[in-house]
Amino acid sequence: MMNIKTIFGQTLAALFCLPCLHIPAAWAGDEGDPAPARARELVRMVRQDCGSCHGLTLKGGLGPPLLPETLRDKPLESLRYTVLLGRPGTPMPPWNAFMTEAEADWIVRQLVQGFPAESR
Amino acid sequence: MKSPIALFAALFAAFLLSACAAPALRGTGDLGIVIERASGSLAVVDTSARAILGRVEGLGDLSHASAVYGRDGRHVYVFGRDGGLTKVDLLEQKIVKRIIQAGNSIGGAVSQDGRLVVAQNYEPGGIKVFDAGTLELLADIPAAFGDGGRFSKVVGLADVPGNRFAYALFDAGEIWVVDLDEPRAPKVTKFRDIGSQPYDGLVTPDGRYYIAGLFGEDGLALVDLWRPEQGARKILSGYGKGQEKLPVFKMPHLRGWAVAGRRAYLPAIGKHEVLVVDTETWQEVGRIPVKGQPVFVMARPDGRQIWVNFAFPDYGQVQVIDALEQKVTQTLAPGKAVLHMEFTPRGENVWISARDDNRVVVYDTASFATLAELPAPSPSGIFFTSRAGRIGF
Repeated sequence: MMNIKTIFGQTLAALFCLPCLHIPAAWAGDEGDPAPARARELVRMVRQDCGSCHGLTLKGGLGPPLLPETLRDKPLESLRYTVLLGRPGTPMPPWNAFMTEAEADWIVRQLVQGFPAESR
Repeated sequence: MKSPIALFAALFAAFLLSACAAPALRGTGDLGIVIERASGSLAVVDTSARAILGRVEGLGDLSHASAVYGRDGRHVYVFGRDGGLTKVDLLEQKIVKRIIQAGNSIGGAVSQDGRLVVAQNYEPGGIKVFDAGTLELLADIPAAFGDGGRFSKVVGLADVPGNRFAYALFDAGEIWVVDLDEPRAPKVTKFRDIGSQPYDGLVTPDGRYYIAGLFGEDGLALVDLWRPEQGARKILSGYGKGQEKLPVFKMPHLRGWAVAGRRAYLPAIGKHEVLVVDTETWQEVGRIPVKGQPVFVMARPDGRQIWVNFAFPDYGQVQVIDALEQKVTQTLAPGKAVLHMEFTPRGENVWISARDDNRVVVYDTASFATLAELPAPSPSGIFFTSRAGRIGF
């Protein structure tokens, strides 16, 4: 829900204020990484909620595995849009209401490197 | 000559000793387990005392784990994502035997006569049949489809009368019924083209109808197990016609007692609705709007209430449908990430797991008062021994 508006907002903002583009509210860090608290939320979301189909260890379930060896040869951009927009014809839903593009990009990069464990 | 007091003291000491040596006898009718998914453990619970009696650890990857009971109501079989099949003794609170039987498993069922336990697997796709006592492998039935070179993920495995099991093939769009009267010589009946992407299945409480929910299209597939020669038929076809589907952030489950009176209550896919079906005509007789995408739709054992929990992001709440009024009459907030609900055997209480609040909440189903909150790390499935005597649980 927030994201479409965010994208619109960002586009609008970009028209007037280019430097604002890459600085959404829950965002910090020079490299475009989410702030630590948000990163923890995203890790939990991936492990627990993506995990309901892909497995807590991401080795796959009804959905395919999300391990580095299965993702490495896939283009990052297509992975990012799969997260954001889902995959029609499969049960994969769009997650763009719950994360920004940059956050999806961060998740995809973590998946390809080997996803971090939840800090408890 | 010993005094009566000395004799009494000796007898009392003997009584104390014997009390220490043998555990107190107890039944299992009010026991159950709570899966603790992140720690690979389960809590053994007492539904009379509303308390955790102890923990059993070392069950592996329990994300999306499920459990079925042996007919003695003492032993429970737990199926894990890692392909583990673990037989646990509730009274001793320990693992009796644990095997890794597949790469990726999702659940199982126990035969009518209690002698067989069957696992349904995603990887390798198929089912495996084990001796319920020893966990010795008796049969391996790959879910081969198409030209025979592909294997489907198996979903919705249910025990049905006659030592048979019904299940659905997610990738193939088929329902198979296997007769395991001779476990080493299984006889499979296949129902093909039952619909797109069956995601789970249930058997009605009388064991007569097997229903598979379809993800790939609006509708469900139904097989009358008393008249299998009639084949599978589609029910509730096109229940969402002309409407945009909402995203589904977690697959619904058809497990649980979703049949109350002569009505079945089923989650609509991609809709914030519970579908109501007449179980004699299998026609839709109503739709009940709810807060989110339903995951579990479970009738209280007497059928007066139907409890519904939801997929992400609406999973902080649970709603209660009144069977007479056919509408939501209660909305409760048990905690963050409600994953499962389980009724006590006759339904006066319901236990609800709130994963992200690390607790299990016990409600009175008449007053909706909170009776207890029990701490448990990332609790998911809750399974009481009363399942042991029910068809399809």
